[in-house]
Amino acid sequence: MPENTPIVRMLNIHKWFGKVYALRGVDFTVNSGEVVGLVGDNGAGKSTLMKILAGIYPPDEGKIFFEGKEVAFSSPKDAMKLGIETIHQDIALVSLMSIARNIFMGRELEKQVGFGKLLDLERMREESVKALSDIGLLVTNPDTIVENLSGGERQGVAIARAMYFKTKLLILDEPTNNLSVKESSRVLQFIRELREQGISSVFITHNLHHVYPVADKIVVLSHGKNMGLFKKEETSIEHIEEMITAA
Amino acid sequence: MNARTLVSNLLQKKEVSVSVILAITILFFFSIQQKFLSNANVDVLLKISPELGIPALGVTMLMIAGEFDLSVGSVFGLAPMFAAVMMEMGINPWVSILLTLMVCCLIGITHGVITVKASIPSFITTLGGMLIWRGVSLAVTGGLPKYFYMPPEFMNLVVHRVTTFVYMQELWFFAITIIFFIILERHKFGNWMASTGGKKEAARAMGINTSMVKIVCFMLSSLAAGFGGIIQSTRLSQAMPNQGDGLEFDAIAAAVIGGTSLFGGSGTVIGTVIGEYLSRIIENGLIIIRAPSYYFRLYIGVVIILAVIANLYIQRKAMRVRG
Repeated sequence: MPENTPIVRMLNIHKWFGKVYALRGVDFTVNSGEVVGLVGDNGAGKSTLMKILAGIYPPDEGKIFFEGKEVAFSSPKDAMKLGIETIHQDIALVSLMSIARNIFMGRELEKQVGFGKLLDLERMREESVKALSDIGLLVTNPDTIVENLSGGERQGVAIARAMYFKTKLLILDEPTNNLSVKESSRVLQFIRELREQGISSVFITHNLHHVYPVADKIVVLSHGKNMGLFKKEETSIEHIEEMITAA
Repeated sequence: MNARTLVSNLLQKKEVSVSVILAITILFFFSIQQKFLSNANVDVLLKISPELGIPALGVTMLMIAGEFDLSVGSVFGLAPMFAAVMMEMGINPWVSILLTLMVCCLIGITHGVITVKASIPSFITTLGGMLIWRGVSLAVTGGLPKYFYMPPEFMNLVVHRVTTFVYMQELWFFAITIIFFIILERHKFGNWMASTGGKKEAARAMGINTSMVKIVCFMLSSLAAGFGGIIQSTRLSQAMPNQGDGLEFDAIAAAVIGGTSLFGGSGTVIGTVIGEYLSRIIENGLIIIRAPSYYFRLYIGVVIILAVIANLYIQRKAMRVRG
């Protein structure tokens, strides 16, 4: 695919929740291999826009194109099949389950045993360790319960899962929320590694200082409207901050 | 690995720590009254426990998926009553049992669909179910018991004494435990159950149909309850309208004593088996040591709370030794 072909184009997206007009005709484009920062104040519609792209809500109006073809999702599975993977804020992993069971949640590896299929736990463990080491996270025991991991490690597991399933576009919803400075920089490093491997990502945040260093471009949403698209080299944190607070 | 960490690792397993409590309880009753471990008493314990333990297994599965079932006692009573009424109408006993088990599945599916579609707490749905199904049993019979005479082939299959200490009920209990264990630990459905109960939104975001998972678990719970009731009625040759009264709380207690979380997402069927035997032994032991009968419920309540605290204490202690 040539450089700068849009992997995703969302055109004129509208969404109502009862009387709340959450998205008011938003256009949004991600080019291949690009890290896009999606910023805006709380309630600006960032997560809603991305939930539409992830197949969780249908848009009330508007079109979505993936790799040039128009698509409609009826469930997250449809989006995942195309290679759109989402790491939702605080709900990416089940904390009482092991790393391996989390990575293969909903997409379990199986083997034929007698009449039926049972889990191939051994392969799930091996593949988990491999997936984690691919993003530079060294975990010796894939049976570790996620609850016992640090916040940064948890994001690492979620990112490793997305990478393992050959994601083309990864949506990260507030991935640095509630993380320490050190853990946040680790997550930012994961995102840089994604770009090096040619995977596009959308980084939703309200922390400009996290998104600015890694993003190629920044999209500002405010009150359900797209306030503009800024190439990183043409803007500054101060300028974007003004855009967010101006409305 | 030295012996100390080995013991600590073992004790962190819920099944092992509750087994330790079980052993202590047995020793306690035995030290007071040797008859506690007499052949006759052990025989009774082993014969009675499975019919009450099978519903607890179903409840455990449902609790892991994050829901409750307060109706198991009533379904335990309704199932044999339903079969008895059909047999009175001249329907073949085997067909009656089969239809009854199907009705139990339908009851569970109904609880599940109402809980999921109306998104109300299962505590409420199955509280309603508890009253409704008990009410049906009472209304149909006018409060009177019914005969429950099954053909000898059926009795051989369900309540036969195979050899000393081995009853068909026990074999059913263990077979169902193994099936549930495989579903839970070795099948993808178990992964879906744990993720549905652990964090529904996360499971849903990964494309798991959490409503379907819950409805299936509601069905398993009612099916297990009905089957337990059929075993009891077959053993006693009668179906009583008040059969299984209070069983819902016994079943939840057995699951929780065995280490199943009240908040969903975590639990073990083997723990429930041990928890079930523990609560039966406490009940039976209190009788054997001649605890005053009016204090009975009081003792059991206290002992259940102590057992759960002791279980957690052992697990935490074991974790500290390792740390």
